[in-house]
Amino acid sequence: MVPVSYYLAISGILFTLGAMGVLIRRNALVIFMSVELMLNAGNLAFVAFARMYNTFSGQLFVFFVMTVAAAEVAVGLALIVAIFRTKNSINVDQMSSLKG
Amino acid sequence: MPMQTTSGLFFSLVPFVVFFPVIGLLINIIFGGRMGEKVVGTIASLAAGAAFVASVLLAYSLAMHPETVIVPFAEWIHIGTLQIDWAFRVDTLSVTMMLVVSGVGTLIHIYAIGYMHEDVRFKGDVNRYRRFFVFLNLFIAMMMILVSGDSYMMLFVGWEGVGLCSFLLIGFWYDMDTLGRPSFANANAAKKAFIANRVGDFGFLIAGLIIFWAFGSFQFDAVFARVPEIAAAMPWVIVAVTLLMLVGVAGKSAQIPLFVWLPDAMAGPTPVSALIHAATMVTAGVYLIVRSAPLYSVNHSVQYFVATLGAATALFAATIAAGQYDIKKVLAYSTISQLGFMVAAAGMGAYVAAIFHLVTHAFFKALLFLDAGSVILGMERGHHHLAHVHAEDVHGGHSSEVFDPGDMRNMGGLRKQMPVTYWLYLIGSLALAGIFPLAGFWSKDEILLDASKNYPHVYWMLLIAAFFTAFYMGRQIWMVFFGKPRTAVAEHAEESPRVMTVPLMVLASLSVLGGLLNLATIFGITLPGAHLLTEWLGHTLGEVEPGELDLIVAGVSTVLALLALYFSWLIYARKPIAAGQPDPLKKPLGPIFFGMENKWFIDEAYQFLFINPYRVISKFLADKVDWAFWHDWFHDRVIAGSYIWVSTVLLDQYADQRGIDAFANALGAGTKRLSTIMRVWQNGFVRTYALTVLVGVIAILGYLLLK
Amino acid sequence: MDFFLQPLTLVTFFPLVGVLVLLFINAERKNALRWTALVTTLLTFGISLWVLAQFNASNPDLQLVAQYDWIQVAGWTITYYMGIDGLSILLVLLTAFLTPISILSTWTAVEERVKDFMIFFLLLEVGMMGVFLAQDLFLFYIFWEFTLVPMYFLIGIWGGPRRIYAAIKFFLYTMAGSLLMLMAILWLGLYAGTFDMPSLLAKGIPASTQLWLFIAFALAFAIKVPMWPLHSWLPDAHVEAPTAGSVILAGVLLKMGTYGFLRFNIPLFPQASLQAAPWIALLAVIGIIYGAAVSYAQRDVKKLVAYSSVSHLGFVMLGLFALNAQGVEGAILQMVNHGLSTGALFLLVGMIYEQTHTRELSVYGGLWKIMPVFGAISLIVVLSSMGLPGLNGFVGEFTILLGAWGAGQTQVYGTVLYAAFAALGVIMAAVYMLYMFQKMFLGPAGSITKEHTLRDLNWREIAILIPLLVFIFWIGLYPKPFFALMAPAVDKLVAAVQVAAMAMH
Repeated sequence: MVPVSYYLAISGILFTLGAMGVLIRRNALVIFMSVELMLNAGNLAFVAFARMYNTFSGQLFVFFVMTVAAAEVAVGLALIVAIFRTKNSINVDQMSSLKG
Repeated sequence: MPMQTTSGLFFSLVPFVVFFPVIGLLINIIFGGRMGEKVVGTIASLAAGAAFVASVLLAYSLAMHPETVIVPFAEWIHIGTLQIDWAFRVDTLSVTMMLVVSGVGTLIHIYAIGYMHEDVRFKGDVNRYRRFFVFLNLFIAMMMILVSGDSYMMLFVGWEGVGLCSFLLIGFWYDMDTLGRPSFANANAAKKAFIANRVGDFGFLIAGLIIFWAFGSFQFDAVFARVPEIAAAMPWVIVAVTLLMLVGVAGKSAQIPLFVWLPDAMAGPTPVSALIHAATMVTAGVYLIVRSAPLYSVNHSVQYFVATLGAATALFAATIAAGQYDIKKVLAYSTISQLGFMVAAAGMGAYVAAIFHLVTHAFFKALLFLDAGSVILGMERGHHHLAHVHAEDVHGGHSSEVFDPGDMRNMGGLRKQMPVTYWLYLIGSLALAGIFPLAGFWSKDEILLDASKNYPHVYWMLLIAAFFTAFYMGRQIWMVFFGKPRTAVAEHAEESPRVMTVPLMVLASLSVLGGLLNLATIFGITLPGAHLLTEWLGHTLGEVEPGELDLIVAGVSTVLALLALYFSWLIYARKPIAAGQPDPLKKPLGPIFFGMENKWFIDEAYQFLFINPYRVISKFLADKVDWAFWHDWFHDRVIAGSYIWVSTVLLDQYADQRGIDAFANALGAGTKRLSTIMRVWQNGFVRTYALTVLVGVIAILGYLLLK
Repeated sequence: MDFFLQPLTLVTFFPLVGVLVLLFINAERKNALRWTALVTTLLTFGISLWVLAQFNASNPDLQLVAQYDWIQVAGWTITYYMGIDGLSILLVLLTAFLTPISILSTWTAVEERVKDFMIFFLLLEVGMMGVFLAQDLFLFYIFWEFTLVPMYFLIGIWGGPRRIYAAIKFFLYTMAGSLLMLMAILWLGLYAGTFDMPSLLAKGIPASTQLWLFIAFALAFAIKVPMWPLHSWLPDAHVEAPTAGSVILAGVLLKMGTYGFLRFNIPLFPQASLQAAPWIALLAVIGIIYGAAVSYAQRDVKKLVAYSSVSHLGFVMLGLFALNAQGVEGAILQMVNHGLSTGALFLLVGMIYEQTHTRELSVYGGLWKIMPVFGAISLIVVLSSMGLPGLNGFVGEFTILLGAWGAGQTQVYGTVLYAAFAALGVIMAAVYMLYMFQKMFLGPAGSITKEHTLRDLNWREIAILIPLLVFIFWIGLYPKPFFALMAPAVDKLVAAVQVAAMAMH
């Protein structure tokens, strides 16, 4: 039986990688993927704890997160496509039209 | 009031003396536009004639029933104790006036049918024919209100009404001067007449106020009934009322000092001068004094003053008349002078003599004026004829030249061209000069007789005035009708048509026979019918001593009149003045004649003393006091200006901008400085914020883990 | 529904129905707007005649009363209280009479923003009616101030070149005076716990405070009259206002001031009125003479007429404070007379202005020949204005002078000089009126006739003037019905003042 702490460590590493990706990368798609990575890090932690406490609520949450992530992907990609069409770029630093 | 005995008589007709002319003028206003000149004139004349018929019927009724009858008509102003009614008074005095007004008025209406027919054509506005008759009828109505009213207020209504008609008719040719040139002159004359009359009316009005509060009524009988009581208790009331009324009289009857309007009033068409400014309206003042006899009779000093004023006017105006060149101006000053005779008579208490002279004067002065009108029109016709002839020769160059058809210096020898006019004028002049046995002799003699008895100074003044009267009338006759024509126009003058001369013949016969109205007792013989007017008016004025012919008084005045005519013949007829020659009196009299010629500069003096100062004062009040000071300086500058200063300078610039604003601005500036420092962290990149959040989370987590 | 069917409420608020209809009419349909306003005001006039039919002239008290509690705060009661008596009936009729005439006069004169103009005019009528009918001080004050608003816009939008200045001056001047009156009204409310006039009269005002309250009220009213020397807003307002505005301003709004004296000052503060009478008379006489003299020097005909109002209203004030029947009745009649004559004068000036666009006297002359009907009507109006017997002006002026002379013989005025000097104003009126008439209508044709082809009055213009002329003659020849309407109420007022005079000695 692999101890829970291992899963948590991997989850922490994945989360950190995702957070770093969001903060550092300028490509919207990559940022998007990094967000997904962070979500999945969370999912991993949920599943690990669910197994540990032998309950289903953690697993249930994972389903919710995955649904939300899917919806997010749908909306987010649509936005990115729309932005790309008008700006020919998906560099987030250039998305400053609303800045005063 | 014994009303039952008046049944079968015509007293209730009295409102119609007013309403007939009103009906006439309404017909002419409404339908006159579609009717011809003849019809318009006839309707107006018929209206005046109907009023005359009504007056005759009233006179007949009074002869049957000599008591005063009051015919109420309507209530006018009723407030508390103030009760003024439209009521008519029929007594011998008012009916005498009605007869004169409507009788002479009707003749003048008929004359005007012919006169105005030509006048509107010479003046070039045919449309005014109808208007003339409307005004003339209105005048008759107003004059009837004046003489028939039963209270001072009714009298005042007519009094102002005739003033209005006088204004309208003097200014009848309002867009020209007397020579037909475009000018404000006639309009100014009209305004002058109205305002001089208003000054007089002011006196009358105040007299009315005093009468009401002292006597409690305006009704004649009610006022007169309380005269003895008031005269005993408050004599000053009588003095004030009579003297203030005298101001009104001076305005209306052209006495010193308000006579100046009457000569200018000659700007009106000649029938107007005859009717309003000689025969009727100007005698309203005399009527007022006679009507108020109970008031005037109680105070001897007032009587003395009135008589002196009248005599002074008579003399003063007579001197001016002798220096005038305009045929109508001479007559105008003569009218003032004769009115002075009447006022003097009324002042002396010789009321019958005053009314007698009023009546005869109405006859012969109307005759003279109308005849002067005939002369002027005759000259106009000559001028017209000449202009027509010349227009064919030299393209009308002559007609543009200003020609004065009323200037006696342009006349001369007219008795050949206008014989009827000449004879009529002669009769009128002799009547006015007081030559036996014409009307003027009897009436003037009665005044002189009374004066010689009671007021010697008045007698002397009037005697000299009578001398002047004969002199200026003689001068006029010689200058107009004798000698040779001094201008080509006078050579071509033409006689007037019958419609004008026939009324004049009627007036001339009245001027001849007028003396019969009140024949004096001669050599102790009282002819049947003598003292007619004395007895007639006695019913109203109380018993009056019948006049007797005093040989000395009558002789002196007749001799003087003849002497004056002789002098005038010496000066003006023995060697007729030639064209362009100055008046023969000019040299010997020097400055005196200069004064007479220029009316003693009374107009200029009034201009200097009253009119100009009033103009200056009102200009000063309007421009300087009201506008520059009160409107611009006080309101705009002081009130609005100081408000603006307080609001913009004090409150806005100092209190607000440097106080409250400065504080608020400082707060703002501080915030701004702070934010300049803090804005460094606000770079707008989401990831920077996310990093901050992350750092925060880590910090908080670290704190929680490590504490 | 009962509320609106009361005659006085109806006559006051009926013009609002017209306003409502106007709101639904397209602003471009100018004639529809005009007809709506005209019909509304004519109906209002009809209602005022209905009021007259129900009015009992022999009753000196308030009639046709409508009374409802309105606001009750901390012991104060403000009521909606309308009533009419002999003091106000003629003014109500005058208002209802002049408004349709004024609207008819705008037919071609007002072409811009017709809808707004008509709405303001109808609102103005509501305010004026309310002023003459309100019997509760608070209600009165509301109507009093309310009239300012439409008039402000009438001058400020449709006026002449300096209209904004004139409108603001008019508004502020009147408003400033009213504030003191508001203080006095509040004092009275605190003192009596009520604002309605009959209760206040029944309670009586202590003699010690009467003078101050009198002054506070008098200032507001004197500005409106306007009494000399508070007249400075008047020439500005009149010169700049459109014709219809001038007519209403001279015809009705000025009467609100004199009416205020009559309705509030004299009955509420009789002792103070007696004390103040000689001073008011002094100002009135100065106003008469000053106004007349200043009129004579004017070159702008509208300004001339405006200053003549100062003179004429001096007569009204002189009559009111004679505090006897002749003076007060003459003054009330003279208010009506001035409304008719000066209203007609402003209309006439407006009619010629519409053709020539100038009011300079010097360019006119000889108009009688070119416009005979206009000349004849103007002459009648001018004569009425200068008080020729037989026309309306004389009856009023004469009875006022009679009353003033009578007051001069008692302690009210103390000297007959006031009446004597006022009579001098009669001469001066002839001077400036004839001057104006001569400059415009007599003499040779003026320079303006070369620039414009002038036409005589058309049927609409004659129809506007005929009703005025009818009343000018009617009042002049047979004023009895008019005096009969006011006599009992005036007698009651005079008697009350006499009682107060007894109490003083």
